[in-house]
Amino acid sequence: MSLWKIAWRSIEQRSLASCLTAVSMALGVALVVTVLVIHSVVDHFFRHSSQGYDMIVGATKGGRLQLVLNTVYHLSQPVENLPYRFYKEFLKDGEHPGKFSSLVDVAVPLCLGDSYDEFRVVGTTPAMLEAWEPYQKYEFAAGRNFEHENFFEGVIGSVVANATGLKVGDTFQPTHGVEATEGSHKHDAFTVVGILKPTGTPNDRALFINMEGFYMLRGHAKEEEQEGRGQKAEGGMDAEHEEHGEHEDDAMHDEHHEHADEHHDDKRAGDADHEHEEHAKGQHAENGEAEHGHEDYDEHEHEEHEHGHAHTPLPESQREVTAILVRSSATNVMASMNLVRMINKGNEAQAVLPAREIQTLLDMIIGNLRFLLLALSVLIVIVAGIGIMVSIYNSMSDRRREIAVMRSLGARRSTVLNVILLESILLSVGGGAAGWLLGHGVVVGASPWVQAHTGFALGRFEFSPWEAALLPALVLLASLVGYLPGLAAYRTDVAKALSAAP
Amino acid sequence: MMLRLSNVQKSFIEPDGTPLPVLDIARFEVAAGEQMVLVGRSGCGKTTLLHVIAGISRPDRGQVEVHGCDIATLPEAGRDRFRADNIGYVFQTFNLLPGFSALENVLLGMTFARGRADGERAATLLNRVGLGHRLTHKPAMLSVGEQQRVAVARALANRPKLLLADEPTANVDSRNQQQIIDLIRQTCGEEQVTLVLVTHTPEVAGQFPRVERLDEFNQAVAT
Repeated sequence: MSLWKIAWRSIEQRSLASCLTAVSMALGVALVVTVLVIHSVVDHFFRHSSQGYDMIVGATKGGRLQLVLNTVYHLSQPVENLPYRFYKEFLKDGEHPGKFSSLVDVAVPLCLGDSYDEFRVVGTTPAMLEAWEPYQKYEFAAGRNFEHENFFEGVIGSVVANATGLKVGDTFQPTHGVEATEGSHKHDAFTVVGILKPTGTPNDRALFINMEGFYMLRGHAKEEEQEGRGQKAEGGMDAEHEEHGEHEDDAMHDEHHEHADEHHDDKRAGDADHEHEEHAKGQHAENGEAEHGHEDYDEHEHEEHEHGHAHTPLPESQREVTAILVRSSATNVMASMNLVRMINKGNEAQAVLPAREIQTLLDMIIGNLRFLLLALSVLIVIVAGIGIMVSIYNSMSDRRREIAVMRSLGARRSTVLNVILLESILLSVGGGAAGWLLGHGVVVGASPWVQAHTGFALGRFEFSPWEAALLPALVLLASLVGYLPGLAAYRTDVAKALSAAP
Repeated sequence: MMLRLSNVQKSFIEPDGTPLPVLDIARFEVAAGEQMVLVGRSGCGKTTLLHVIAGISRPDRGQVEVHGCDIATLPEAGRDRFRADNIGYVFQTFNLLPGFSALENVLLGMTFARGRADGERAATLLNRVGLGHRLTHKPAMLSVGEQQRVAVARALANRPKLLLADEPTANVDSRNQQQIIDLIRQTCGEEQVTLVLVTHTPEVAGQFPRVERLDEFNQAVAT
């Protein structure tokens, strides 16, 4: 009969106390496992969310971390904008390639500042969902990517789709501002043409719309460019919206303004279909697709589309971008450093390396938070360990005779000490194993809810490498807490214990 | 000679610090294979003498030779090992471990002696004491007589050369008393084990060829 079995029999004999101490250990370990796994996922989430690009370029106003949080994680407030011409410096096409273009493989513009429900709306180009392979591949659960020519198309992330119930073919109206308030105005409707498969990145919580359509929304034209009326007419309704109330002298604007007020103030989400018809017309007209219930339009709406919603792209002089995601040239090893140096030399923009900023974020905030949570969890495990020690120690007075009998049968002092240590180890490791299963069970159970609400993809079998340290740590803890009662067993006076009344 | 005690002295320390002599035995011998009984009034040191012979207690002075080995000179771990290999012990109160089955109680002694248990021998011993059908029963599920029979089987598990039995029939009825004594004597005979049995019961003592009164040869308590 092994010493393990002897220890196990002792545990069985005191089943209630043993169960309670093991349960307390299980809860402690479950907490540790949950913290480790969630941190591992969060860590992975933050480190891999920017896969595909190595640099973010934004306006100099605003912190570097804010720029990363804003563009990569769709958190915090958007920073100031960059002129569109700055973005063009990254482009290779055209007669005059941009000054940064030779150092860049991919550059994708982002236009931020709008939201839908609790989710951020990102105006961008179709490349946003295509250009990052093999580092980040976006696949579609339904539909397709939006197309450059169709200004009012959009693609939504998986969390957005789950939370809002939007399907391909539905429309949504972005709201101006990243935090919707009562006074926030709603924009024109975009049609969902694609739903992304879950990526486990913050983009699951975003809606991507065609940047061209984004520019046409009210308030998105650069203000300083609106001084010239001619430009405004060319620029379409956005500039006019920006200054509505000042256009009473212009019949077309009056008509549009009235209608826009009616449209933006009176219409609610329930009217989405109507709005979709209204605003999708531009793209449909361009595509030669007029079948979407256009026969229902009244003349007034047609007039609006033809005049107010003239879907002519916004002139570049009126355009701005919030940030540019950049993958520097793979063939030039110094490209990234040179780009940072060149961009940061000027006052117009700043280039940040997201990996570095994320490391700072992890070290400063998330790392400390994890440390705090882990420290608390480990403390709970230690308290559970002390519970085991107290439980075994309290049983020693009842077991003194039992130990004396073992000794009289030939067990050495060290043997009875080992039996007690093994008992402590069995309780700790057994409770720990149950806690490990419980912790992972909680993670698996909570996974769909967490993913639906946060976009964090807690995989069903997520493991933290630190979990490998649990077993030796528990054995060490058990040995420490088992030592005191073990010592009591070791010191048992056999003759005295055998002579004592049973 | 299986057992030889020479000038063995043992005292306990009173709470006030003064020594209380318990054993003072000039000479005591038991031949190999002999079955003898120790009798004596309460407090004359019978159990203490068995503890000294078993190596559970160490004498203050003197020699305790068991099978040619002076166990009084051995360190504690050595005495534990010697006891496990050479000495069986049957207690008055059986002292079966309550969490273990009858079979496991027998196996325990083997575990401590050799580090491994011989399940076949344990089962054979339990069969021999009439408990072959109760191998998996825990002590609480056995009668008092059955518990003592398990204790006998456990004491013999390691094929000891010397069996010490400390009033093994004190807690059993007269019917069981005779069964236990017959069992011990018969088994010791079959296994060629030397037996030293302590009893208060004249009927038990009367069955043995050699009976020694401890209070007569223990000078610490002799009157």
